[in-house]
Amino acid sequence: MLKFVIRRLLSTFPMVLLVVTLTWGLIRLAPGNFYTGERVIAPAIEKNLRAKYGFDKPWYVQYAKLMSNIVRGDFGTSLKYEGQSVNEILRRTLPVSMTIGLLAYILALSIGIAAGTLAAVRQNSRVDYASMTLAMLGISLPNFVLGPLLVLLFSLVMYWFPPARWDGFPSRSVVLPVITLSAIYTAYVARLTRSGMLEVLRADYIRTARAKGLDEKTIVRRHAMRGGLLPVISFSGPALAFLVTGTVVVERIFALPGMGNYFINANLNRDEPLIIGIVAFTSIAILLFNLLVDIAYAFVDPRIRY
Amino acid sequence: MSAIPIEVLAGTSLWRNAWHRLLRNRLAVLGMILVGAMVVACAAGPGIIYRATGYTYDFIPKDSGLVKSFPPSLTHPMGTDIAGRDLLARVLLGGRISLMVGIIATFVSLIIGITYGATAGYLGGKIDEAMMRAVDVLYSIPYMMIVIVLLSLFGSRSPLNQLFLLFLALGAVSWLTMSRIVRGQVISLKNQEFVLAARATGVSRRKIIFRHLMPNVLGPVIVYATLTIPNVMLQEAFLSFLGLGVQAPLASWGSLAAEGIRNIAVFPWQLIFPGVTMAVTLFSLNFLGDGLRDALDPQTRKM
Repeated sequence: MLKFVIRRLLSTFPMVLLVVTLTWGLIRLAPGNFYTGERVIAPAIEKNLRAKYGFDKPWYVQYAKLMSNIVRGDFGTSLKYEGQSVNEILRRTLPVSMTIGLLAYILALSIGIAAGTLAAVRQNSRVDYASMTLAMLGISLPNFVLGPLLVLLFSLVMYWFPPARWDGFPSRSVVLPVITLSAIYTAYVARLTRSGMLEVLRADYIRTARAKGLDEKTIVRRHAMRGGLLPVISFSGPALAFLVTGTVVVERIFALPGMGNYFINANLNRDEPLIIGIVAFTSIAILLFNLLVDIAYAFVDPRIRY
Repeated sequence: MSAIPIEVLAGTSLWRNAWHRLLRNRLAVLGMILVGAMVVACAAGPGIIYRATGYTYDFIPKDSGLVKSFPPSLTHPMGTDIAGRDLLARVLLGGRISLMVGIIATFVSLIIGITYGATAGYLGGKIDEAMMRAVDVLYSIPYMMIVIVLLSLFGSRSPLNQLFLLFLALGAVSWLTMSRIVRGQVISLKNQEFVLAARATGVSRRKIIFRHLMPNVLGPVIVYATLTIPNVMLQEAFLSFLGLGVQAPLASWGSLAAEGIRNIAVFPWQLIFPGVTMAVTLFSLNFLGDGLRDALDPQTRKM
């Protein structure tokens, strides 16, 4: 187990460098530059700008510099938000994205598992059909349609929640973004839980438990859950990657000062250090989270050994 | 010699069985009908609207009094957008593009995924291991972020170029799961007798992969492809929502919804119609995909 963890941690490095290289290559291959904007810049100024940011050096020197900086955890200074280091921007925006991401995750797990288990236990009942139809709706309704519809209803008609502002965690401003973000994951988790539980409930050890005369509650909670939730656990790895893209949309709709919003702006501004910083940070987070998921998997499923 | 007709017979009965099972699933049939209706409406609708009212997706009225967003009426069942363009015509054109993106990108992912997965599964051993390791690596890349970088930096002013880039980007990132499914199927198939027989009679590797294994892998592939289409459409909509996908005057459901969101407080119909149309289509496609899975894969069928 320890060997597995160490090996995976070590393999994180080359993967992050690969992603960074890919992103960097794309930015460099693209036509234009960050200062080619609406204003025409005099050649002398352009030369100074290139020198200031090191764009006048050969590409391999720039690449080597970027890599050595990243290994040291320094992503440089933003080109657009002058005087702010990428690390500062990350430190400021990450808590916002993390807050809504984490809350959406918790909401999705609790509602999704509850609904999925209920649907599986009462297979083909009305509860089953209702929750699965709702789940299908959650998968099919794009979050950028759901979010504005919630705003329309609860902010512009009912005045319950603010349509677009951020007041930190325990406040009304959290509610709509979190619901918008979590809808699709709740739906996925409910469907995965249902199919996982259905499979397990037919297993021999459940029949044994029934034969022993255990009551249904104990069977479902103590015996079936453990195996039935395995698909949900393995989904939580990719789910994080999806959550990242989801927060981009939600932060856009509700105008939240989070990482996703900054990422889009960075791309539109060609803010190279900021783009690379956010991509690198996200990939590290996803890789580490996937490792955690694999470890959790080994704890829940005794058949798995690393 | 007599083996051939028997195989054909068994094949038809398998597909016919699946078809009957699909028809018994009411939600899947409803999904199929709705998807069919949507395809017909998107194909024929814009022409009919043009004949009836003279409006096309990018027709801006000459009379400046008409250049504003009207609520739904008899001439404009979905209202008009802020430039006075007929929203129904735009939603139907958007449907054409959204469906096209979904189908073409899924097709791209099918080709890459099947070739890659079948090769890995059939060759096996070290090559298989290396190829699947590569897939694992690609899985943990935040690929949507890279697509955003790609589209926003290479995005050109020509709407068609942007569309082509979109097909490529979405197809290239959605083949991973497909290749895993195909590989798993191929591995379970490749040691069966008919493959052994083919190998014994000296059929080439390529021919075994494409003629003997591929048709048997088809079931799960069809199911997964049906479920990939709504997924890709959702991703396209997401990118268009961010302003990186389909560019005006062309439209997709995503870009129409994005436009609607900007004016939601005053002209809510601009969001509601494209949004609901898209949701209904995705809903139907997902139900159809689920129904196909239950029909083609009796093991996981609902009892």
